Amino acid sequence: MTQLIQTLINGVSLAAIYALVAVGFVIIFKSTQVLNFAQPALLLLGALWVTYFTTVVGINFWVSLIIAIALSAATGVFVERTALRPMVGKPIFAVAIMTIGLNTMLTVFALAGLGIDLRPIGEPWGLKTIEFAGFVIAQRQVAALVTAVVLTSALLVFFKYSRMGLAMRAAAFDQEVALTQGVSVAAVFALSWALSAVFAMFGGVFVGAGVGIDRTAAVTALKALPVVIVGGLDSIGGALVGALIIGIAETLTSTYQQQFLPQLGTGFAQVVPYLVMFVVLLVRPTGLFGTEEVERV
Amino acid sequence: MRLGRPGLISDYATDTAIFRSNVARFWFLVLLVATVVLGLGGSIPLGFMTLSLDGEATFYLITTLFAAIAAIGLNLVTGVAGQVSLGHAFFLGVGGFTAAVLGGLGETRRVFDLASGDFVEQVLLFGFELDMLIWLPAAGLMAALAGLIVAPVAFRLRGLYLAVVTLGLVFLGEHLFREWDVVSGGVGVGRPTPPLSLLGFRFDQPSEVLGMTLDRQKKLFLLGFVLLLIFGLAAKNLMRSKIGRALSAIRDRDLAASMMGIDLSRYKTVAFVISSFFAGVAGALIYTVIGRILPESFNLLLSVEYIAMILIGGVATVSGAVMGAAFITFLPLIVRTMAGFPLFGFISTSPGGGFPTVAHIEEILFGLLIVVFLIFEPLGLYGIWIRIRNYWKAWPFSY
Repeated sequence: MTQLIQTLINGVSLAAIYALVAVGFVIIFKSTQVLNFAQPALLLLGALWVTYFTTVVGINFWVSLIIAIALSAATGVFVERTALRPMVGKPIFAVAIMTIGLNTMLTVFALAGLGIDLRPIGEPWGLKTIEFAGFVIAQRQVAALVTAVVLTSALLVFFKYSRMGLAMRAAAFDQEVALTQGVSVAAVFALSWALSAVFAMFGGVFVGAGVGIDRTAAVTALKALPVVIVGGLDSIGGALVGALIIGIAETLTSTYQQQFLPQLGTGFAQVVPYLVMFVVLLVRPTGLFGTEEVERV
Repeated sequence: MRLGRPGLISDYATDTAIFRSNVARFWFLVLLVATVVLGLGGSIPLGFMTLSLDGEATFYLITTLFAAIAAIGLNLVTGVAGQVSLGHAFFLGVGGFTAAVLGGLGETRRVFDLASGDFVEQVLLFGFELDMLIWLPAAGLMAALAGLIVAPVAFRLRGLYLAVVTLGLVFLGEHLFREWDVVSGGVGVGRPTPPLSLLGFRFDQPSEVLGMTLDRQKKLFLLGFVLLLIFGLAAKNLMRSKIGRALSAIRDRDLAASMMGIDLSRYKTVAFVISSFFAGVAGALIYTVIGRILPESFNLLLSVEYIAMILIGGVATVSGAVMGAAFITFLPLIVRTMAGFPLFGFISTSPGGGFPTVAHIEEILFGLLIVVFLIFEPLGLYGIWIRIRNYWKAWPFSY
């Protein structure tokens, strides 16, 4: 029983990381109809900025975090301006495949910056833990959960009450109509990429928290893809639910599969997100909360 | 021959003919002969220079021939039918390991069994040592079967959901190949590819053929060349047939296609199955060039490579897929040659050297080419070729 609850706690904190990355996918998809396969590279780059400023430059983690937020946002805007803007109006596949190309390119730069060793993030939590009712919870897990909840709530508030948030919702609803109402769709696109890159960066920080970051972090970002698919590509709430389902399914598998189904092989938990995705899609082809497409000939 | 305006097409048969004119037929033949001459180690004098391939370039040429078969397969499903598949690496893997199991050598070892107190045989690697006549089609069929199993998920989904699902397929497949070590040989070890023995004729050993001594490379080249011709022609004819027309209709607007009586799920399944068959056959052969097949090579990057091939080469064309396969396969060689020029002196050629190494440049080019081609030339190398051709066709009035 203790083991089960401990597993669930780990699952929720893993879900927090997935949620951060997944929300990044959803923001871009909602406002620009692009599935951004470059998210893993943005995650690596974001984590690279943080670790660069804390370990190489040697400044305070919080200051580094603020600089990294600015740099990640700038990266996002730069990518949108140079590569995505010329593709506006092209088929969604072409754009999606182009982000794969972008990902390949950016990952090379990020990995060259990171090197081949594990790089510490330099965050204050390290491997410290707190004990709560007999359960050991790492501080970084709590931090990840709090960050995910705070950032996502802030995002929802921003969408609902701010002028720019309203503009983004309008652009997501219909770009042309929004344009005629005086919404700067270009600014909306740039802001979506900036926001998404910052969310990916936070995901990267928590992937690397305590243990350090290396090239395998990109795999986590890729596992956020099943998360958004399970939740539905255009739903932030769906992304959160998807993150919980996938996070918990993955940790449950990594805890119990060696015990009960060892024939599935080591590292089976790593592919569980994809299996969950297959099952969900067989039942609901647009994910749990995705909008069903209404089509006219 | 009927006289008239050159290039005037007035009936459907001419429009869909493989060669629209005798000029096209002539240059295609020239290209074929040139490829055979180069592949067999000959040289072509071009006046100002002599074109020939060294051993390494021939190796890349042979790899191109096999990779092109898989690229044509991907082009059928992604280019012609418009279903983006990131799962091509999985089907290549299924073909590769099916071939290795059916045609390869098995391996067993004797271990002491505590329960019975006797030595028992433990299988380390499955292998049936069958003839190429069996394992080559079987590799294609097995991959096609995998495609058939995936298809029901695929045809329910549209657009980006399909892309992500096929991406998931690669991860599941990679896990399967890694862990099922009696089939794949295990991570980092792999297993030897099956011997290329067709009814006793060995493609992978030098021998005398029609009075000519052919070494392993030349025979592999001829095998790949003939197979690519067969598969290329099959794909070309498929595109010109009822199935091809249905698939293009689905690509252009699936809802409209279904209104016209095209059974979407049936044709999408057909596209997946045929494409997987191509991938399976290619996967069975492509690794015989190196001689070893590794389970971890069938990852997402391999799928992206094939996507890049058809994008850079030209979507929905056979010749485009072949051009793209050649371009991507020769990319390492191109980058290494580039690094030799003083202009590109910043590229370090030793693997441990500083950023950027040859491998870095290769991957960056890879991504950059996908991006650049999508923005500036969505029709790929094929489109560039058409533009150049039309320029000279209308010269000196090329505007």
